[in-house]
Amino acid sequence: MLAHLPAMPPAPLFFAQLLVGLINGAFYAMLSLGLAVIFGLLNIINFTHGAQYMLGAFCAWFLLTRFGIGYWPALVIAPIAVGIVGVAIERLFLRRIARLDHLYGLLLTFGLALAIEGIFRQEYGSSGLPYSIPPELEGATNLGFMFLPIYRAWVIAISALVCGATWFVIERTRLGATLRAATENPALVRAFGIDVPRLVTLTYGAGAGLAAFAGVLAAPIYQVSPLMGSGIITVVFAVVVIGGMGSILGAIISGFALGLIEGLTKVFYPEASNTVIFVIMVIVLLIKPAGLFGRAS
Amino acid sequence: MKTRIPAACAALAAALLLAVGAQAQIKKDAVKIGVLADMSSLYADLGGPGSVVAANMAVKDFGGKVNGKKIEVVSADHQNKPDVGASIARQWFDRDGVDMITDLTTSSVALAVQEVAREKNKVLMITGAASSDLTGKNCAPTSIHYAYDTTALANGTGAAVVKAGGKTWFFITADYAFGHALQKDTAAVVTANGGKVLGSVNVPLNTADFSSYLLQAQASKAQIIGLANAGGDTINSIKQAAEFGIVKGGQKLAGLLLFVTDVHSLGLKTAQGLNLTESFYWDQDAKTRAWSKRFFAIAKKEPTMTQAGVYSAVMHYLQAVKATNSVNGPKVVAYLRGRPINDFMIRHGHLQADGSLVHDMYLYEVKKPSESKDPWDLYNLVATIPGAQAFKRPRGNECPLVKG
Repeated sequence: MLAHLPAMPPAPLFFAQLLVGLINGAFYAMLSLGLAVIFGLLNIINFTHGAQYMLGAFCAWFLLTRFGIGYWPALVIAPIAVGIVGVAIERLFLRRIARLDHLYGLLLTFGLALAIEGIFRQEYGSSGLPYSIPPELEGATNLGFMFLPIYRAWVIAISALVCGATWFVIERTRLGATLRAATENPALVRAFGIDVPRLVTLTYGAGAGLAAFAGVLAAPIYQVSPLMGSGIITVVFAVVVIGGMGSILGAIISGFALGLIEGLTKVFYPEASNTVIFVIMVIVLLIKPAGLFGRAS
Repeated sequence: MKTRIPAACAALAAALLLAVGAQAQIKKDAVKIGVLADMSSLYADLGGPGSVVAANMAVKDFGGKVNGKKIEVVSADHQNKPDVGASIARQWFDRDGVDMITDLTTSSVALAVQEVAREKNKVLMITGAASSDLTGKNCAPTSIHYAYDTTALANGTGAAVVKAGGKTWFFITADYAFGHALQKDTAAVVTANGGKVLGSVNVPLNTADFSSYLLQAQASKAQIIGLANAGGDTINSIKQAAEFGIVKGGQKLAGLLLFVTDVHSLGLKTAQGLNLTESFYWDQDAKTRAWSKRFFAIAKKEPTMTQAGVYSAVMHYLQAVKATNSVNGPKVVAYLRGRPINDFMIRHGHLQADGSLVHDMYLYEVKKPSESKDPWDLYNLVATIPGAQAFKRPRGNECPLVKG
């Protein structure tokens, strides 16, 4: 197998690969961000996240094929719709087990994800459905060292923006401070007259909405497929573990960084490209069990 | 004394023969057919639940009974894992009395199950997996490779593309038995026709993002990018190649294994102009249309060659069981080998000693959106490839069952 190892690729190809890694990193960052928000603020290990990402993409597809509503409105409508589904999940299911061990939440959300994906697979098969790139973002520009599809550039830009905005809201605003306080000491926050259960519900809904937003962004690149969530969710969990469970900044930075590392693996030893992230996860857990940006509890 | 020993041997042999003969009667309550497939992942659309539909159609059309015994269909999901597939097959043969297993999408799984079948002398009728090693170096006496294989794909699409001027190739290959076999067989055809392979990259099965591999292919400057993958992997490669302007840049894609469900999923805008090789297309002629219409009524989609293959395989298996009044693996396979196989799906079929079913294959081109009349109107026929040409191995056969 080592005979397959290519020599150092020419510089242009190398930069191109870095850029491609960054694009995948953008998806990892956005998905792990939602997971980190939900875990950090609600202590729920949300395995339904992949299904919510898939629902976002399907929502965009529905809007287009059933109602003729295009990509741009879908970027707003789909996260709201899936956010509402998230609110329903939190109210109907998660609330009932909030006082129990994390494991119950994990099992419940895992089961929900399997059920949602199973229903969609039954209905739409495994091949996926086509969703085109919006006309405004079609085409590509020649950067000299690579042919960069405009849509991919847009994905990097918008996800960096969304990641930054989410970090700002949670770490730097009054709302974020309240949220963090509600996690630390819900009884005290309630004493200030703040409706903590509602806050929790809305936060879960927002996390689900973030997943759906990533799903809409992914729809034109990958097929809109019932399987798209389960494929990416294991990687994203590894990203969150590496970044530090619940650390917003950790999720963002490790998302982008691991995208880059994975991209480089695809050049130097492609066979290992779907394992490299898990190898890193193992190493990080051994050296720094709380994750790179996590606080040991 | 000396004369008695041969006589005793003869008597013993006769007794054994009788015992085999007696065993050959269908002694059980039912004849069982197992559909072992990817029911839930990237290959589920090309075989999977649709194969179960096809198997049940065949059983119903056969009348539900063979020589007075009920026919049952069981199915399971092998999850594309060879160990899972092999253990299900073992349990089916040992405990559940399954007589024949079909579909078997995913070559790595089919190769593992074939070892179990070899040990138990049970019949496999493989319509999903592609690797030519199933009838090459890993061939087994009771295993039939029914619908198509990587040799036929290489002789179809590979040869057509080289002859049309695609001399230099770069492969994007699914990193398991199937991808390796497809690359190896296609590379042999490419070189035999005067082409050259510039490089390849092995990609893990079930990958979502192919952009990195596509960039490597682009940088190789090869005229043709050969996609030695299948199902969801092929769909994502083709879709993303369009995004990176690969075709606009002058390179061409060769989808070495494309199913009608893949093309349907991609849409004609992205897939138009691709060459592909299949053993069955629903809209080929009156016979294929008639059968496919019935399939569509149940499955709500047009059948793939794997699914049509399951129907055809089950039908012929049941006919052999009926004629031999036996579910004994070697006996059934010997019967099938003795006569031509022909129906709506298999044309000019003839079962070889190595287990490959040699039959006509077809080279198609994906239609332009303007040529298509409905969502499943996808192919134009380019050429019919006679079986002898389609299944001819460029480097001979390593199967120990065929001498020379």
